[in-house]
Amino acid sequence: MAETMSGIPLEPSYGPGLQPGQYPFTRGLYPNGYQSKLWTMRMFAGFGTATDTNARFHALLRAGGTGLSTAFDMPTLMGRDSDHEWSQGEVGRAGVAVDTLADMEDLFAGVELDKVTTSMTINGPAAICMAMYVAVAEKNGVGRADLGGTIQNDILKEYQAQKEYIFPPRPSMRLVTDLVRFTTAEMPRWHPVSISGYHIREAGSTAAQELAFTLANGFAYVEAAMAVGLDVDDFAPRLSFFFNAHSDFFEEIGKFRAARRIWATWMKNRYDAANPRSLMCRFHTQTAGVSLTAQQPENNIARVALQALSAVLGGTQSLHTDSYDEALALPTERAARIALRTQQLVAHETGAASVVDPLGGAHFVEWMTDEIERQANEIFEHIDRQGRGSMLEGVYAGIDDGYFVGEIADAAYRFEREVNAGRRIIVGVNEFTENDDDEAGLLSIGHDTEEMQLKRLQQVRSDRDGAAVQAALAALIQAARQPDVNLMPLIIDAVRTYASEGEIVAALESVFGTYVETAVV
Amino acid sequence: MEPANGDVLPTVAGELPIRVVLAKLGLDGHDRGLKVVARTLRDAGLEVVYLGLRQTADSIVAACEQEDADVIGLSMHNAGHLTLAPRMVQAVEKAGLDIPVVIGGIVPTGDVPVLRAAGVAAVLGPGASAEEVVSAVTEAVARRVTR
Repeated sequence: MAETMSGIPLEPSYGPGLQPGQYPFTRGLYPNGYQSKLWTMRMFAGFGTATDTNARFHALLRAGGTGLSTAFDMPTLMGRDSDHEWSQGEVGRAGVAVDTLADMEDLFAGVELDKVTTSMTINGPAAICMAMYVAVAEKNGVGRADLGGTIQNDILKEYQAQKEYIFPPRPSMRLVTDLVRFTTAEMPRWHPVSISGYHIREAGSTAAQELAFTLANGFAYVEAAMAVGLDVDDFAPRLSFFFNAHSDFFEEIGKFRAARRIWATWMKNRYDAANPRSLMCRFHTQTAGVSLTAQQPENNIARVALQALSAVLGGTQSLHTDSYDEALALPTERAARIALRTQQLVAHETGAASVVDPLGGAHFVEWMTDEIERQANEIFEHIDRQGRGSMLEGVYAGIDDGYFVGEIADAAYRFEREVNAGRRIIVGVNEFTENDDDEAGLLSIGHDTEEMQLKRLQQVRSDRDGAAVQAALAALIQAARQPDVNLMPLIIDAVRTYASEGEIVAALESVFGTYVETAVV
Repeated sequence: MEPANGDVLPTVAGELPIRVVLAKLGLDGHDRGLKVVARTLRDAGLEVVYLGLRQTADSIVAACEQEDADVIGLSMHNAGHLTLAPRMVQAVEKAGLDIPVVIGGIVPTGDVPVLRAAGVAAVLGPGASAEEVVSAVTEAVARRVTR
């Protein structure tokens, strides 16, 4: 049993009425909360070549990180090889460059893939990265069924917010459901979609929009997976979520509590889920990158600590804390360590993890939870109406008619005007400013990264069996033309020949086409 | 919406409103800042041609020629600015255009002199106010007109 710093013994939770672990889980998914399992401290990392990032992974694991999380560079996220003309200048800069299976082998060298869980933040080419991960593990003697982790694979929010799409929405959704079918059948420990509000919020949405758009996307994936013949209780227990922890402390806590309640009630009432695990909204949280300021960067340590505390009081299953130097560059190892220490401090010094939902029953927190839910319900009604009773069709419609991007851009502009007019204070930016902002010691990615990666890719291309690559790609194109064929096994075959990500994407684009956004302000 | 600076609209040499072409150069998809800038400049009375995502130096030059642009605004959050921004400036010069290039986004202070030396007219960092955005763009045009 937990006790306070001064030795006062504590119950797992307090208060009458609804208890943590009881439907609809407003107060938390589990009766004993963090006393039975602390959140996973999963720090997002990736830069330079696979070898550079592998070293950072090992450093984070040595420092007490309990899971890995991979940030890919922009060309990888967009499905373009490092030697594609569009990739110039961006290779290895905002994440790690992965072109072929050879890079994935370097990325996870020396990591026991059956012992850690790994998160891979990639969407458009998610199926290809998943295939590479499975292939690397199997080369190292770890079966796919023993792999635990998450692939983001949330394509819908790409059209709405993050904009890292490749194919149009419907064929992209086929890749999503192919991956869901594959992991449901063969990888019981894997989370095949991480339905993400993080990027929607970073793009400028309000808290209620973040929640509503994300859960609407979740309902859309449920409908899409059911439409390809899966039973809701077969896959829903493996769906997970990813939210932003922004700066308005109580609004965020209300959002996390409302998320659990809405998901549980919709899964039970609208989608007839019977397995209790299908009703549980499990989520990862990241502190708000957009709230980090370039001015007086050390202030960001305090911002991140408070945001992290809101995520913990909101009951997150896993947490990434941003580094204080990230407004201007990827974090240095020292800054990333301070960020990890911040969550260790919340976990082990503050007592915030001792009792589940310690704010439950507070008038303001309960009111805020209800209010966020009310605002979310208005958005669900709009989407449902647009889809004529289908959330999936409603989300497609909102992508096609610019509803999501328009709502997000409006909210972002409103916020910016408030900051600009001084109605909203950002410490160190529009109030309490100084002129001696110090930004020494940023992480710098050398120009040689791109050259090294290009050489590596060239080497892989010349060492591999070209005929095998061509045969695998031809088979993939053939299969892509048949909507009922699951493409995952064919993509795994292709990556094993060291076909590059860009080559596989090009093969699929020849059948699926390429998505181009209508540019609207 | 009323212009941020009252009744006087920013113009080229006191005549036509300034035409600004706004684009994301490269694969980076972070368009929150650029959209805010687009609305800010529009509210300040500039004519905004918003090209959006995944533009190349060539596609931006083509748009400038077609739209008779006075200034280019690029948003970069991909840490590729030291490679891509000078290339943009060269593409403008190669096309025989006299159009200043203003950059906004994630640019460490140490990179600013490098970009300025490469011919970038102004660099706006995170936290730049609406006034700073409008004046960076209008002053870049004014410097071109008077030179």
